[in-house]
Amino acid sequence: MSDHRLEIKDLTVSYRRVPAVHHVSLELRCGSCVGLLGPNGAGKTSLFKALVGLVPLETGSMSFHGDSQGLLKSTIAYLPQRTTVDWDFPITVRRMVEMGRYQALGWWRSFREEDRQAVGRALEAMELEELGERQISALSGGQQQRAFLARALAQEAHVFLLDEPFSGLDKPAQDLLSGAIRRLANAGNLLVVSHHDLRTVRDLFDQVIFLNGELVAFGDTNLVFTAENIRKTFQTHIFSGSAHEPDLAV
Amino acid sequence: MSLTWLFEPFSHEFMQRALFGCALIGFTNGALSAFIVIRRLALMADAMAHSLLPGVAVALILFGLVPGTLFVGALVAALLVAFGTQIISNSSRIKEDTALGLLFACSFSLGLVLISFSRVSVNVSDYLFGNILGLGDADLWVIYLISFIVLPMLVALERPLLLTVFEPSVAASQGVPVNTLKYLLMGLLVLSMISSLQAVGVILALGMLIAPAATIYLLSDSFTSMFWLGGTLGAVGSCTGLLISFWLNLPSGPCIVLVLGVIFLVAYLFSPKYGVVTRLLRPRHLHEASLARWKLSEQQRTTANDKEHQR
Repeated sequence: MSDHRLEIKDLTVSYRRVPAVHHVSLELRCGSCVGLLGPNGAGKTSLFKALVGLVPLETGSMSFHGDSQGLLKSTIAYLPQRTTVDWDFPITVRRMVEMGRYQALGWWRSFREEDRQAVGRALEAMELEELGERQISALSGGQQQRAFLARALAQEAHVFLLDEPFSGLDKPAQDLLSGAIRRLANAGNLLVVSHHDLRTVRDLFDQVIFLNGELVAFGDTNLVFTAENIRKTFQTHIFSGSAHEPDLAV
Repeated sequence: MSLTWLFEPFSHEFMQRALFGCALIGFTNGALSAFIVIRRLALMADAMAHSLLPGVAVALILFGLVPGTLFVGALVAALLVAFGTQIISNSSRIKEDTALGLLFACSFSLGLVLISFSRVSVNVSDYLFGNILGLGDADLWVIYLISFIVLPMLVALERPLLLTVFEPSVAASQGVPVNTLKYLLMGLLVLSMISSLQAVGVILALGMLIAPAATIYLLSDSFTSMFWLGGTLGAVGSCTGLLISFWLNLPSGPCIVLVLGVIFLVAYLFSPKYGVVTRLLRPRHLHEASLARWKLSEQQRTTANDKEHQR
């Protein structure tokens, strides 16, 4: 079990030579739910995009389960912020979850019984069976987020990257979603969740990553989620210079 | 009353040819329109249609009125404008829509100037508004060819295209070649637009590329049906328009686009789920079940209150 983890070594991402994430090294255990905290512009989305290969790595490497080939495309699922999706898209919840199967099926092969079952299981796990035939805009915010999760489940992903899934959700919706996330983690998956509401961090995450351009702190929530780290992450300006800039060594 | 007028169009060879062409063009453009509507490329498509003109003009000047070369000319012009747009927007602070708008206006003007130089006397309005009744064998072949490139491509690439138009960043994270597909879609757009030039012309091409899927979008929540029904609607609507133009002796291009427009209007007003009139007619009340629940809880509260009073 010891190598059931995602290792990130010395990862740097930059846009047009301006670095957004600096030399981040992390070791994330599967089966845990990790909060990614940091102010706007701290590089949370950039880190996600680097992990799924949407932006090139300036430096660094990743290995999953000790395999330095990195992650298989189907092992990792990126769930974008809800605002980036056109919810008027003519598609039902079930059809959207079916899209999770496309990678396994390739471009032409038709749906098999096992694919249908995988979709059914995913909908059931996210408590969406009854909403399967709805058009996606007819879901509430929390249900939309769970529909994304169902799609990633149907993909048989093992690492889930969720970009601000809790933003704009009320308390009951938040509880339902955090329950779903918790179940996925308990089943052995790794969930990394970017988050900005510091009040709920203790309830939601086993571990937290404080990111501010560079890695400020990482570890178990009860050890690392301290006033000191919060201040370091949110009250200094975002790290954007060379690694030797003195005033940021706080 | 004799009904011979009804069947008269089918007895003319030029009409049979035109109807057949219309059906193919209508289906191809209608199917593609699903992507145009969803990706919000309508104005992009319009600009592209206009930018075809200088290519057509150059081909006319160099080779005269030969359909094959007109096709190549149009294709080259559209691709130049498409790439020019990308180059300008990538290398300066000018945004894509501005670059495209600028290029297509210049390109269209250049086309008009070039046509006035042309030795061949050309009826410019044919290119602006189409003339499906003048469809020759070579034109039909061009239409065949385009349909047999565009349709199988769209069908074969349905899944990656669907992933791409739904959420490009997720698609890219799953290894779908998103950028390649976007360019491919552009290429197919140019091709099928060229096929509709003969039918409805540069200016009205947009109608065939948007109206069918826009109509189905109001009727269905399935992208697949937007594609197939959009194609079917495009074909049926185009042929209907053509027949009406024959019976009433009206120009064909505008008739085709108007028929598609009227069908859209009907869907806009009366679509069972998304129609404007349908929504107005729907009872504004809360769902009956929730209304009943509310009444029940209200009752319980009043009885509870009464008991309180009695105490």
